[in-house]
Amino acid sequence: MISEWAYPRPEGLYIAPLDAYIDPVRPVARALITHGHADHARAGHGQVIATSQTLDIMGLRYGTDFTENAIALDYGQMRSEGAVQITMASAGHVLGSAQIVIDYQGKRLIAAGDYKRKYDPTVTPFEVVPCDVFITEATFGLPVFTHPDPMAEIEKLQNTRALFPHRSCFIGAYALGKAQRVISLLRLSGYDAPIYIHGALRALCDYYETQAVALGTLLPLPEKPRGGANKELAGQIIIGPPSAIGSPWANRLPDPIICFASGWMQVKARARQRSVEVPLILSDHADWTDILQTIEDVNPSEVWVTHGNEEALLYHLAKQGRDAKALAMVGFERAEGDEG
Amino acid sequence: MKAFATMLENLVFSPGRNAKLAHLVAWLRSNSGDSRGFGVAAVTGDLSLPHVKGKMIRDLAASASDETLFALSYDFVGDLAETVSLLWPQDHSHNDTDFALGDIVRQIQGATRKEAEAIMRFHLDRLDQTQRWALLKLATGGLRVGVSARLMRIALAQAFDQKVEDIEEIWPLLSPPYEPLFDWLEGRAMRPKSEGKAVFKPLMLANPLEEADRQKLALSDYQIEWKWDGARVQLVSAEEGVRLFSRSGDDISAAFPEMVIDPSFKGVLDGELLAGTPASLGSFNDLQQRLNRKKPSGKFITENPVFIRCYDILMQGGQDCRHLPLQQRRVMLETLMGTIDDERLDLSEMIAADRWEALDEMRTNCRANSLIEGVMLKQKSSTYQLGRIKGQWYKWKRNPFYADLVIMYAQRGHGKRSSKYSDFTFGAWQDTEDGRVIVPVGKAYSGFTDAELQKLDKFVRDHTIAKFGPVREVEQKLVIEAAFDSIHHSSRHKSGVAMRFPRFHAIRWDKDPEEADTLDSLRRLIS
Ligand SMILES: [Zn+2]
Ligand SMILES: [Zn+2]
Repeated sequence: MISEWAYPRPEGLYIAPLDAYIDPVRPVARALITHGHADHARAGHGQVIATSQTLDIMGLRYGTDFTENAIALDYGQMRSEGAVQITMASAGHVLGSAQIVIDYQGKRLIAAGDYKRKYDPTVTPFEVVPCDVFITEATFGLPVFTHPDPMAEIEKLQNTRALFPHRSCFIGAYALGKAQRVISLLRLSGYDAPIYIHGALRALCDYYETQAVALGTLLPLPEKPRGGANKELAGQIIIGPPSAIGSPWANRLPDPIICFASGWMQVKARARQRSVEVPLILSDHADWTDILQTIEDVNPSEVWVTHGNEEALLYHLAKQGRDAKALAMVGFERAEGDEG
Repeated sequence: MKAFATMLENLVFSPGRNAKLAHLVAWLRSNSGDSRGFGVAAVTGDLSLPHVKGKMIRDLAASASDETLFALSYDFVGDLAETVSLLWPQDHSHNDTDFALGDIVRQIQGATRKEAEAIMRFHLDRLDQTQRWALLKLATGGLRVGVSARLMRIALAQAFDQKVEDIEEIWPLLSPPYEPLFDWLEGRAMRPKSEGKAVFKPLMLANPLEEADRQKLALSDYQIEWKWDGARVQLVSAEEGVRLFSRSGDDISAAFPEMVIDPSFKGVLDGELLAGTPASLGSFNDLQQRLNRKKPSGKFITENPVFIRCYDILMQGGQDCRHLPLQQRRVMLETLMGTIDDERLDLSEMIAADRWEALDEMRTNCRANSLIEGVMLKQKSSTYQLGRIKGQWYKWKRNPFYADLVIMYAQRGHGKRSSKYSDFTFGAWQDTEDGRVIVPVGKAYSGFTDAELQKLDKFVRDHTIAKFGPVREVEQKLVIEAAFDSIHHSSRHKSGVAMRFPRFHAIRWDKDPEEADTLDSLRRLIS
């Protein structure tokens, strides 16, 4: 029984034969980290095993001393620790994101972390790995979430911009992953003018560039003029963290078209709550259809659901005759729209 | 359908009037035919598809998805049509066919209820999600995209480079899909004629009087009248016939047949519909009884008379007087009222006040008459214009009443607020055989800030003791100070009282519910 050696503890999902936690929420002696988002990757663990890109990203966020002992394990590499094998498989969520594959006593557990299946030029696509227990996230675990084609969302944005050529366009996107994906999609759509980025995005965008993700010309915002907006930003695209929407920082943008790139934007009330003018339905998490498809592809004998809207997913999986249970994990009860 | 759905979605998210206008103009210019005409009607709320009602949408919902999944989804999305559109299983083999909105509307209009449902299913199978949403919204008439008929007319004027007044003038003569209008706008025909027709003229409205206004305004420049708490109406008597319109321009002649029989004048009057007779006023509740009956019997009419207290004259005979100053219109109105002997009409009296203090006192004392809401100040030189023109007409309401009441139930809001518990029922103490209990006395869903709403929502979630469908019963421990304009006896409410326009004034996190007001103290406020 896998649940005898892998189970939740207050610190996170505990893997007993490794004496390690997956994505622990507080400092532990030994952590396996799926990806660099703040709710999964925290500083202060004694040892961290993660992909080298995830380790780099943690270093950028927390400083290089975020752990005493960083061990890189990249996609496809395997590490043996006694009777346990650890393997990393790409999760398609953000740069460096991995599913952590644990083999022990002839059984295989996969903690997929956050993952997605939709097109994203900035990441290695999700890899299907068969297993016995598959731990899936359920951020968008409701059937209303069937995220549209990402390029159609970019087209929607460009149509609105064409109608308002004198307005600037601000896109709120999380600093790790979403921002770079939006920029890549814009480039793919043929938009090759410089894009202005908020200072909070700079380090990660530069890092993506070093990892062969071309983002084109990214400019810092010009100095803010006294009491007013930067006129030269009219007609330009500016990308920054969603928290900048409605902040004093945004006052420098001339008559901005406010856009927000997030899977939550599929529900109109959510977009209106945030006063978003162009909701860009772009998610780095699997939508309902893709969660179900992934479970079918991986075909585990048991599904553990965590991280989000478990209720609908558990109900549906039970109806399909799947063995599924909720993995109630402390610290992952998040407010909607948090980075994740 | 694609263009319409995209436009509709853009309107939903457009923050302001100008952005909405730009989307409307672009859509009006790039579309044509029935689809455009019906689209205009759908956006302004003038399109009704009588066969598509809530029941059909619920039937459709049942086949869109499993019941449990639907319930969980609906709870999250907060909008029935949107939930159905999101859950409807899309048949991707039908992609890339664009159906004309005009054709769909005509099909449904010409169908029986049963056929209409089949037509809806046919299209839901073939449209993409945004279009499904647009179709369901359009079919149920619940668009709520913040576009008034007025804004649509401005968009039409902009799109086709015409004067908005010229469109306003003929608007009441038109009906969806507005072929004669577009024929004229696109140069294929002359402008339709409005002479002799009994059509509604858009109303002039007042702005609330602010403290700062009082320091700027000279009272002597203003005509002052009571602000009557009835229903604003417009009585139109033309060659074609006589009609009574509500403030929004709905024809309410059928509900008030006695008002549209043979008046001895031709013209257009602006006034307040009140219950009773000029000599003996009825209550607002009496008027409500009449407003609720769409087709009253002769006996009911005799027992529940109404009349119009006239404020203004917009047309006399065939002459438009809206461009004349109020002072001059008032003389015309008084002259007209002097010549007609009709107990269905009387004249709104003017009030004399030479000092603000005196007027303030009158405003405060008018509480004695529950039918007076305050005073109106209208600039004597004002021409009659559409809407709320700055600096022309003001309303100065009397102060509201306040009471400390206890929150009992909460329900989720609509639209933007659908994820929050924002509709509240609150109650007051009453002594009963079972002891002292709190009984519901009113509902409110406004008057708090977004930050307060966050806290209220959290309070509801943390203190729920029972759920009844969408309604949550909460512990009786939070007191709010409610404001309301007036309070009346009501046989329709269990508490025996009904408040007018209750809203939040303050949330008293500090107050012990034991100290909330009693039903008896509320009853004493009834005038
Ligand atoms: Zn994540
Ligand atoms: Zn996450």
